Amino acid sequence: MTAITANGVETRPLNVPAMVKEAALTALLMLALSATMVGFEVRDVSGGLAIYTRFGDVAVVVAIGFVGRIALILLREHRPLPVLVGTVAATAAMLSLLLSETLFGAERGAALKHFMPFNDPVVLWGVLIITVGFAIRAAYLLKHMTSVLSAEERDAQMDRMGARVQHAARLLGPVLLAAAIILPFLPMANRHILDIGILVITYIMLGWGLNIVVGLAGLLDLGYVAFYAVGAYSFALLATHLDVSFWVALPFAGLMAATAGVILGFPVLRLRGDYLAIVTLGFGEMIRIILLNWYKFTNGPDGISGIPRPSFFGLAEFKRRVSDGQTFADLFGLDYSSLQRIIFLYYLILLMALAVNLFTIRIRKLPIGRAWEALREDEIACRSLGINPRNTKLTAFGIGAMFAGFAGSFFATRQGFISPESFTFIESAVILSIVVLGGFGSQIGVVVAAILLIGLPEFFRELQQYRMLAFGMAMVLIMLWRPAGLLAHREPTIRLFGRDKKAEAEAET
Amino acid sequence: MSEMALEPMAPAPSESAGGGEVLLSVEHLTMRFGGLVAVDDVSFGAANGCITAIIGPNGAGKTTVFNCLTGFYKPTVGRLTLHHRSRDYLLEQMEGFRTAQDAGVARTFQNIRLFPKMTVLENLIVAQHNKLMRASGYSVLGLFGARRYREAEAKAVDLARYWLDRTNLLRHADSEAASLPYGGQRRLEIARAMCAEPHLLCLDEPAAGLNPRESHALNELLIYIRDRHKIGVLLIEHDMSVVMGISDHIVVLDYGRKISDGTPLEVRSDPAVIRAYLGEEDDEGDEGARAVPGPDGKVDG
Repeated sequence: MTAITANGVETRPLNVPAMVKEAALTALLMLALSATMVGFEVRDVSGGLAIYTRFGDVAVVVAIGFVGRIALILLREHRPLPVLVGTVAATAAMLSLLLSETLFGAERGAALKHFMPFNDPVVLWGVLIITVGFAIRAAYLLKHMTSVLSAEERDAQMDRMGARVQHAARLLGPVLLAAAIILPFLPMANRHILDIGILVITYIMLGWGLNIVVGLAGLLDLGYVAFYAVGAYSFALLATHLDVSFWVALPFAGLMAATAGVILGFPVLRLRGDYLAIVTLGFGEMIRIILLNWYKFTNGPDGISGIPRPSFFGLAEFKRRVSDGQTFADLFGLDYSSLQRIIFLYYLILLMALAVNLFTIRIRKLPIGRAWEALREDEIACRSLGINPRNTKLTAFGIGAMFAGFAGSFFATRQGFISPESFTFIESAVILSIVVLGGFGSQIGVVVAAILLIGLPEFFRELQQYRMLAFGMAMVLIMLWRPAGLLAHREPTIRLFGRDKKAEAEAET
Repeated sequence: MSEMALEPMAPAPSESAGGGEVLLSVEHLTMRFGGLVAVDDVSFGAANGCITAIIGPNGAGKTTVFNCLTGFYKPTVGRLTLHHRSRDYLLEQMEGFRTAQDAGVARTFQNIRLFPKMTVLENLIVAQHNKLMRASGYSVLGLFGARRYREAEAKAVDLARYWLDRTNLLRHADSEAASLPYGGQRRLEIARAMCAEPHLLCLDEPAAGLNPRESHALNELLIYIRDRHKIGVLLIEHDMSVVMGISDHIVVLDYGRKISDGTPLEVRSDPAVIRAYLGEEDDEGDEGARAVPGPDGKVDG
């Protein structure tokens, strides 16, 4: 028997035993997964480690699996109402538990807290967010009575959104830029905020640099941090051994990194995709291990300390007092403040990042940029058109590496201390994630992704132990829903008819 | 030959040497893959301002000849010479991409190879890479927006517009190449090859998958390219209406060997060609094209 609802969507009668079986299987899976991971906890007690059991939490996890699966089945069978009621009730219950102390007063709240599963409220917050997600989906289903969009519809919708954001980027870009410029003068700006700003912009710059290699030329590079390291060490060694100033060493560091990029590029010319990724990953590790073991030259794991701070374009120093020359405060007749140096560093990295962005925007419209994109699309066709694939790839590697080298010397001068520990594989992974999350080849996407991946976690430092978990979950979701990245939408580098006339030209057909 | 033979919109270049001047000569071309001899001692020539067709049953080695000519394979034996502007280019000694860059050999592919996510216009601009690269001072001047580069780019767009017009794709100029229908993609690939301003255009089965109307339009396009631009066209084709209709010269291959060479009329009446296509009379003679060798094992001989 099938019943037709008012909205014209067929609903089949529920097959309750099958439902229960499916949910029970899910519960079993949850039990298998959580029994050891959640069920036992090793705690540090005086005199050694002790194992505690948390079987209550395991029971809760299994119950969540069972109920959640039933909710999924109900949604699949177009019965959103019970799901909506259930999730709203569950949300209310969890919220009252989580906010018990503010809602019911300290004493009764503390009593309620006793019922709360899991040691850490963060886990419950996570469950709460998922429950709210279910509720929203159920409400949407109740209103539209249609199933969720098909994959193609969703892709088309996301691409339109990407295009809209890219068009909005014309406005959004200047707004973000203006916000970035005035940030140091806002009343909220303190050392902490500016440090986060510097960190985020450094990653934006690295993301933009890697975008040339991965986004434009389509060469998957998992060892990008190696060039960052080469830049940082080039500057640090030049500055500490030969007393070269930041502004003189900067181009040299870029050159060194570019050379490293070309050296890496040569052996991998014939490789593509996964194979290329593996080799670049190995190269990244090689550089790190060389830095770690070449003790005489790099000082090994002890790192290099006492790297000089940049001067104000060679005119003044950011110090309270200098023996020769003048201080920045003297130069502008200001009172000395340690924040001045931070603000200068902030503008320095902003300027460098903007230079990379400007470069990328321009080079996309030059023959070399178009050849990179063509190489990403079809290398054989490129060869048949007389494009030299070797030189084209090597320039992409070299230029991408050069920008990493610039960022690296900035990193060294800002920290004043570098060691191989700063250049581990995870850094490459983070930079690549920024590019992937933002959307291959999308400049504004990199900004959004860097703020999401670097800025937000800095503000939520106390949740640090869940950072990588959230990071991984975000990546899985992106791969499922939007494999090309959040804001992936390719804007042509040249148009025959201009943006507005395109519609006209197509209407003619 | 006029220096500016390929300048868009230009009137037909003045006849100096005329069609028939030898552009390409292939001598004793042999290509072995391990024990398999794909092309065996093939020699033929192609003339400027002529359409030369290479035909033959499946597996005859036609595409291998193309891949040798366009630098994708290094021939085992043989000499491939492109004569142009009183210079000789030895194609078999050139690095893959140089046959296109220096000698001016452009090609299309049996299974279309466009840059699918780039627009139609961008596909044609990429084809003019080397010219634009020089104009942009190898990107250095271009980065600073030099006028020389902007002018060169405008010229490149004009050339692209000319070929888009010829191939009837002008209104799709700003669409993604992948969004074109199949016939449009085939035409775009030819337009892209022509934008590289070649002396020799190699087309690998351009009519495959086209309907009769489209393949008629293709004939006209190829005749236009031959007559107006006076370049040599080398064509692999199975569609006999295209081959017999427009070729000036036909080379027939079978099992890697040349079995016939001449004008369409000569080739059509050549008993060796009839045998290769239709089989011996007392074999399975009524099969259209021979896919399997005859049972008498004449392949071995």
